[in-house]
Amino acid sequence: MEFRVIPAGDSGWLIELPDRLDEEVNARAIEIAREIERANLAGVTDIVVGYRSVMVYVDPLKASAAAMREQLNAIASRPAAAELAPGDFVEVPVCYDGAYGPDIDDVAAFGHCSAADVIDLHLAVEYRVYVVGFVPGFAYMASVDPRIAAPRRASPRLKVPAGSVAIAAGQTGIYPAETPGGWHLIGRTPVRPYDPARPNPFLFHPGDRVRFQRITEAEYRKTTAWGDAQ
Amino acid sequence: MLTTVQDLGRRGYQGLGVPVAGPMDWYSHRLANQRIGNDPMAAALEVTLLGPELAAEGDVIVSVAGADFEMTVDGVGVRADEPVVIRSGGKLRFGTRGSGTRATLAVRGGFDLPVTLGSRATHLVSSIGPFGGRALRAGDRLPVSESAPSSEGRHGRPLNVPVGGARVRVVPAAHRDRFTDEAWSTLLSSRFTVTPQSNRMGYRLDGPRLTHSRGADILSEAMPLGALQVPSSGQPILLMADRQTTGGYPTIANVITADLPLAGQLAPGDWIEFETCSLDEAIAALRAREADLSPAGEP
Repeated sequence: MEFRVIPAGDSGWLIELPDRLDEEVNARAIEIAREIERANLAGVTDIVVGYRSVMVYVDPLKASAAAMREQLNAIASRPAAAELAPGDFVEVPVCYDGAYGPDIDDVAAFGHCSAADVIDLHLAVEYRVYVVGFVPGFAYMASVDPRIAAPRRASPRLKVPAGSVAIAAGQTGIYPAETPGGWHLIGRTPVRPYDPARPNPFLFHPGDRVRFQRITEAEYRKTTAWGDAQ
Repeated sequence: MLTTVQDLGRRGYQGLGVPVAGPMDWYSHRLANQRIGNDPMAAALEVTLLGPELAAEGDVIVSVAGADFEMTVDGVGVRADEPVVIRSGGKLRFGTRGSGTRATLAVRGGFDLPVTLGSRATHLVSSIGPFGGRALRAGDRLPVSESAPSSEGRHGRPLNVPVGGARVRVVPAAHRDRFTDEAWSTLLSSRFTVTPQSNRMGYRLDGPRLTHSRGADILSEAMPLGALQVPSSGQPILLMADRQTTGGYPTIANVITADLPLAGQLAPGDWIEFETCSLDEAIAALRAREADLSPAGEP
């Protein structure tokens, strides 16, 4: 797969792959990121997978720019695996009822369908985690059925409740904390995408496959990790 | 007034969405720590615009670097450029601020606070770090590590803290080719103002519009510290310590690591100008900053 390695400031190198939202491109980015991690290059401080890129942050005083560029070029030039690594499967319970999905009707209006159709279409697909970013544990997942792929809300909310399941522009995601946000809120999950108290604090990693599973309001209240059982 | 606990930042988890946080002025953070023999990673306080009053509950030695504040211990003026001994019961007060916006206050031994994902840095938006990831408030108690550092304090050259604005060096960023050449020359020939919509995440800059050549949306990817990100409005945002790990707008230029401390000392209303340099010059400038932390003759 075509790529180029370009400087991103004096402390980062960006490996760019073809500029499209594509499972194969993203899988290749994840593969390259893993190989860089495995190579344990001196001076690397962090690695971030994007939709179609890998950012490698470095301490420029611990590794010369020329050597780093050459090493990254060599790793990205290796042939891609014949098959895509499958990624972990994560099932996420969601309550779509009542106050938990305040924007379902807006999405239904966009899709000229009913609220029940929005829920069915959201449940029907297995999603792929392309990128984890924005705030700790926020997974950008795609692809949402085009019929309910409404664009972002015209004016973002200042406070989106933690656990909100949302869609925008063909992507779906879960807000791991109360933050501002411009996506349409269609449900709420009782599960924390990021919980520092868990042995593995992060629920989602790039490349994971995700399915949503509908639960009732009663089940939500019984299992919620957000302290909003009342 | 905003005072937060910061170390050099949380690295290794950006790929899972965890922001780095850390000091806005890394140089002064390191200087404050090394003057009292601390590890550069030791947790210290970052004080913004107005300083707090701190009461010692035991003998402590503190060191302050960065923005230039008048300081007193029990009403007696002390010099900011050398370690200050505060006896148990003594009160340190920050007074009038001269130049700069942020000061680092380190304590010998470092603050002994819980570590989250390898760091004691506070990230306000995602509530990660000591005190639930919030800013300090009156009544908070800050434990000091019992074990004094083994190393002696080392002098270093204080940062030349900017007054009213700063000229900083940039290298072209990853998405430079998504902007017109006119945008590039506008960036390098104009004076921008730090607007009130600025904080530890980033500075929204006011100035001439920077025009994209191929639209203002990119597929989300990692955003480096010091990147000048340009949304469709054409008004750049300088990404600072608490920036989000990823973003969806192109970056035109990146402030070099050596000059980030100058940017970190700016406040709303200050001006900022950009001049270009090569990657080699950026690295040389960083070496020069390092040398300032180890003046000749020091080990």
